[in-house]
Amino acid sequence: MATSTTAPDADRREPRAGSPARGPARRPRGPRRSLLPYLLLAPAVVLELAIHVIPMVVGVWMSLLELTQFHIRDWSTAPFVGFENYRATLDLNSAAGKELLHSFWITLAYSLLSVGFAWLLGISAAVVLQRPFRGRAILRALFLTPYALPVYAAVITWSFLLQRDTGLVNHVLVDQLGLLNERPFWLIGDNSFWSLLVVSVWRNWPFAFLCLMAGLQNVPGELYEAAAIDGAGFWRRLRSVTLPMLRPVNLVLLLVLFLWTFNDFNTPFVLFGGSAPEQADLISIHIYRSSFKTWDFGSGSAMSVALLLFLLLVSAAYLLITNRRRDDHA
Amino acid sequence: MSRRHLGIFTAAVLAAASLTACGGSGDDSAASPKTLTYWASNQGASLEADKTILQPELDKFEKQSGIKVTVEVVPWSDLLNRLLAAAASGKGPDVVNIGNTWSASLQATGALVEFDDATLQAVGGKDRIVPAALAAAGAPGKPPAAVPLYSMAYSLYYNKKAFADAGITAPPTTWEQLAEYGKKLTTGGKWGLAIEGANPSENAHHAFTFSQQYGGEWFDSAGKPTFDTPQNVSAIKRYIDFMAADKITNPSNAEYAQNQSVSDFANGKAAMLLWQSAGSNLKTQNMPADAYGVAPVPFLASPPAGGKKVNSMVAGINMAVFKHTKNRDGALSFVKFMTSDEEQTVLNRTYGSLPAVTTAGSDPAFSAPEQKTIQETLVTTAAPLPQVPEESTFETLVGTAMKELFADAASGKPVTEASVKAKLTDAQQKMR
Repeated sequence: MATSTTAPDADRREPRAGSPARGPARRPRGPRRSLLPYLLLAPAVVLELAIHVIPMVVGVWMSLLELTQFHIRDWSTAPFVGFENYRATLDLNSAAGKELLHSFWITLAYSLLSVGFAWLLGISAAVVLQRPFRGRAILRALFLTPYALPVYAAVITWSFLLQRDTGLVNHVLVDQLGLLNERPFWLIGDNSFWSLLVVSVWRNWPFAFLCLMAGLQNVPGELYEAAAIDGAGFWRRLRSVTLPMLRPVNLVLLLVLFLWTFNDFNTPFVLFGGSAPEQADLISIHIYRSSFKTWDFGSGSAMSVALLLFLLLVSAAYLLITNRRRDDHA
Repeated sequence: MSRRHLGIFTAAVLAAASLTACGGSGDDSAASPKTLTYWASNQGASLEADKTILQPELDKFEKQSGIKVTVEVVPWSDLLNRLLAAAASGKGPDVVNIGNTWSASLQATGALVEFDDATLQAVGGKDRIVPAALAAAGAPGKPPAAVPLYSMAYSLYYNKKAFADAGITAPPTTWEQLAEYGKKLTTGGKWGLAIEGANPSENAHHAFTFSQQYGGEWFDSAGKPTFDTPQNVSAIKRYIDFMAADKITNPSNAEYAQNQSVSDFANGKAAMLLWQSAGSNLKTQNMPADAYGVAPVPFLASPPAGGKKVNSMVAGINMAVFKHTKNRDGALSFVKFMTSDEEQTVLNRTYGSLPAVTTAGSDPAFSAPEQKTIQETLVTTAAPLPQVPEESTFETLVGTAMKELFADAASGKPVTEASVKAKLTDAQQKMR
């Protein structure tokens, strides 16, 4: 899945490109002068079209077709079915619709918990490592390791650890510590959701840590000194100095983490090998199963478009609310 | 829309757009007439082992024809998706191995060269091909979409020493016996039967066999799915019950999808295994051929009305040519080479499978006990999986439903007629 580095775009209001035009008018060179910004923008626009916009439009088009194995070779032969795919996949009385809804709730819970824990771990570590001490650099590097490892290698290792008979987790819990009598399953059944969550938090929290650590560098030390003189304790300083100063970082960080986690495909795909158990059936895997594995690309696309609209709403609402609040504060 | 709102909207669109990104594989079909790209399926112990086995044969072909074949061994978990991507994009390999059960599904894409009589003649003639194998190469009444390459069938592999220790003198011939023996063999951390419970394809193959024995069908004569009939419910329940009720299968097998069941059998952790041509795989895991026996897959002791005497699917690997190839003649001559008597003998001997042509069975390797059992099953009691376009979807949906049932059984949830039927009904509703 592609990463999204979106939120900064919200603040970047393009006119910078036009500013040279307003600059010193000593060398009026006619149309060429106004062409330059467009030329500079062109590569980005072309890539944006090729990577985001065109596939998106194609996806929407696919969702209106009955695109199965009979037509996959030549899309022009696929019958146009209008909103039939949407009706079939979003009909909450049918098996497919119920499963999609189930998968949606699972994904929502997974994303909120994962982002919450990742942020909590990130802020804790960033605050603890804010003051210089011996070994700080080593700890910083160590904390960032999960983020630096390739996803596949890291998650495959987790899947080995979590196997019932041969996994290290059960070996420690059951054989070494004797905490449990029965060997529990971690990759099937109810535990699979928590396994997935742990792996996801493990993978994502270093990113939160990295962003928050960078954000903390910009908090002037005088603020803490002033707060200390006023008699503010650790928690008070955290609440009244650190968190407000980190607000711009948090705004972006939480949105980005949420979108990444919500769309996460690699972690469940590698952890469960393509078909996740019901309890951990994330929506990205669900869509993959209902399009690739059953060769029904039309309804797979319909689900993707529905999901796209949902995330669009969430993102827009989030940015609207947070922007309005910022304006109120200003 | 104010400027700020526009900005927010744009940001939201871009954020959400990251969702729709998806990839595809794009090796190009060989452009020069002197080269071919070949995707082989994983028949040996590993992808590397397959490359080592195939390379000398490909070199031989290059010497004969001057055509250089580049081989890539594709793992089973990826093969169908990769084939589908190649069919959809018109890019990819020239020649491919396909699981023979996918023949009709891939045929429906229209991306494969049709082997009409003239084309079959060009690769050596229709008459040499084993009829049962050819029947599993495409929908009935249409020219086959592929040519059989390796033939296989399911057999029951049993550990001779474990059987002797438990005082069992002969392999089970009925499922009732298998369950009874399994209980005797399940002691001291060892289990009666190993099952690849999280592998949808394996599950679906057993679903077919058990359903046949109970008189069921997965598709009616019009090609419509009939997943949740009482026969199919009984069939699936019988299979899951080895873990759920008879408890002769280690619950951990509900996690198995990477041939761990074969390893468990090779290591003596399980005494019985239902598998296709397991011999070569067992050999690489250091289990000598005299340590295990090979018997036909059991039947029901008293089959219900309509029950069929089928104990395996016609299993095998077919070879297909993509229509998008720029070197059709070269591709067909490669198919002819691979199905020639000499190559059939060399390759099937190595893989422990059987030749798909009648003219290559005389090598002594094919009369070893394992191969004799497979041969007998193929000739007498094997039936092809339904050759309908939705076959691969059946494998995925029913195989996954069974995987979920195994997960239920492993975590101690009851597996009942009702819960099996509910899963099958769900699976059927997802067919379109």
